[in-house]
Amino acid sequence: MELKDKLVSSFMAFENQIDVDTTVHDIRSEAIKVFEEKGFPTKKEEAWKYTSLNSLLKNDFSVFPKEEVALDFKDIKKYFIHDIDSYKIVFIDGVYSSYLSETTHEGMDICLLSAALHKDKYRQVIENYFNKVAKTDDSLTSLNTAFSREGAYIYIPKNKAVDKPVQIIHFATGNEAALMLQPRNLIVVEENAHIQIIERHQSLTENPVLTNSVTEIFADKRAVVDYYKIQNDEQNASLIDNTYISQERESNASVHTFSFGGNITRNNLNFYQKGERIDSILNGVTILGNKQHVDHYTLVHHAEPNCESHQDYKGIFADKATGVFNGKIIVDKKAQKTNAFQQNNNILIDDKASINTKPQLEIFADDVKCSHGCTIGQLDEDALFYLRTRGIPEKEGRALLMYAFANNVLESVKIPEVKSRINKLIAKKLGVNLGFDL
Amino acid sequence: MLTIKNLHASIEDKEILKGINLEVNPGEIHAIMGPNGSGKSTLSSVIAGKEEYEVTDGEIHFEGEDISELAAEERAHKGVFLSFQYPVEIPGVSVTNFIKTAINESRKAQGLEDMPAKDMLQKIREKAELLEIDRRFLSRSLNEGFSGGEKKRNEIFQMAMLEPKLAILDETDSGLDIDALRIVANGVNKLRSKDNAVVVITHYQRLLEYIVPDFVHVLHNGKIVKSGTKELALELEAKGYDWLKQEAAV
Repeated sequence: MELKDKLVSSFMAFENQIDVDTTVHDIRSEAIKVFEEKGFPTKKEEAWKYTSLNSLLKNDFSVFPKEEVALDFKDIKKYFIHDIDSYKIVFIDGVYSSYLSETTHEGMDICLLSAALHKDKYRQVIENYFNKVAKTDDSLTSLNTAFSREGAYIYIPKNKAVDKPVQIIHFATGNEAALMLQPRNLIVVEENAHIQIIERHQSLTENPVLTNSVTEIFADKRAVVDYYKIQNDEQNASLIDNTYISQERESNASVHTFSFGGNITRNNLNFYQKGERIDSILNGVTILGNKQHVDHYTLVHHAEPNCESHQDYKGIFADKATGVFNGKIIVDKKAQKTNAFQQNNNILIDDKASINTKPQLEIFADDVKCSHGCTIGQLDEDALFYLRTRGIPEKEGRALLMYAFANNVLESVKIPEVKSRINKLIAKKLGVNLGFDL
Repeated sequence: MLTIKNLHASIEDKEILKGINLEVNPGEIHAIMGPNGSGKSTLSSVIAGKEEYEVTDGEIHFEGEDISELAAEERAHKGVFLSFQYPVEIPGVSVTNFIKTAINESRKAQGLEDMPAKDMLQKIREKAELLEIDRRFLSRSLNEGFSGGEKKRNEIFQMAMLEPKLAILDETDSGLDIDALRIVANGVNKLRSKDNAVVVITHYQRLLEYIVPDFVHVLHNGKIVKSGTKELALELEAKGYDWLKQEAAV
């Protein structure tokens, strides 16, 4: 059976497992119809021109994991940022793991979506926010919505600065021959509240995994959201990340995406500005080898005056790795005095590596500053020669130049332990030990 | 120390060096002068091991060993240093971390352990003082936003830290004001010993007032057309290069 048919027919089985007498379930029922009608996207669609899911869809994915699997913290510790105190929301094969998690309800809610969907006290928040920024006509988002039941639920009330970062980690154990996961995160950050979040999807074996994740983030007036996505998965793990961020006036939201591994990764990152003086930051470092593929598909929608957006994506592609950057900026007629910056710089290490980069600007206001630039190049051989004359071998020299290339994105990471981890991952990816943290 | 015999080198099939002969002994300072396009920078790049240049004939011996097939870093490990006319900017890597990496890579190549952090720090402090380098400068990203003078001073700082046997200074005087020139030249002079040698490559005589050469060679059209002592540099300053070009043509 094709995966699409399997999913659609699984929906009834899914309905037997959950409470169907809710408004959320009405949303799910609508969503499965959208997915049934549209199916998985194909390369015929402009938005998926450079990324094909065909090879993934051949797998006979389990849609619901059969049994729970326990993991020892010591075996998976390395996937956490473990040198800082943090809240943790951990899932194993899609199932919440209470013993690996550290949640809270003290003055805020950092817990599970499943709990929030069931309990009366969360009903108002769910009704106000659930599926309110996610695109309802997008097939993959709809697929996730249809099966939405578990994920992170974060609600930070007005004026609360969360005392430590939140880590959301999804493990796939390989207990299933092939597993499809559909986590759903809802994050509501009220007026003047602050939060930092680190998200990771990690397969622990070579068994195929396909994650179709949806995250909705609401940043109210003057809220600050600082989000890090660490993508360094196994060779057979693929990820479609759909993140939707709705920002109210004077809020600041930034998302850093570090893509170092995995099979096929698609990042649909959408920012919707709904008030004045908003700042949106989208940064990324992509370093790929083998046949890895990463597609960054970003959207920033400027709807109100006096707002800013900053995008800076650096890509380094070796072997037969392929990359895509599609950056869409919409500036409504009303959104005068918008400052929108977009930068995508790439280095191709090998002849068979490739990148498709495309800025897409739709500007309807006449008093705006919008700039975009994309470059594709090789490492500077003169710079490399300089390093080698100082006794630094070629491999280490190349690594140093790549660090320098990605540096301004790394510099903007606000959690030092995350920065240091990213530096280590980069060093590992490049196969060097430079003997110091950059 | 350095013996170059009949060196021919080309880039993209264009011959730049057309039979260079040069002998540099420990303790000596040699100046190589010449008009633009005479091959000065090519010569320094070829000695340091830049791969874009193909050595088509001749030999480069360093301490008795033919180094013409060695990688640039291997030459560096043996004690060859090139100070660049245009040093490269490396954002995000501090001067200190860069020099630590360079020193420890050289040590690794020689089968030595990393230099203990304490020794490294002391050495950095000592050499920075020698070159009148502010400590804050050392934590800045390598060459990023440096003035011309800062870049050159940083080159000599690296030379001081790496303690090469042979230092080639390629147009170290270009873009320097007189104060910076004095500091850089002072640094080079203080680093001189009977065991190391310096090759100064320059268009103008100015630097040679501060770093006084034992020998001066004039490069023209890929060949050394005249060699002499420091007086030759003064003669060039007074007469320009044209008379040499004519002499060479005859």
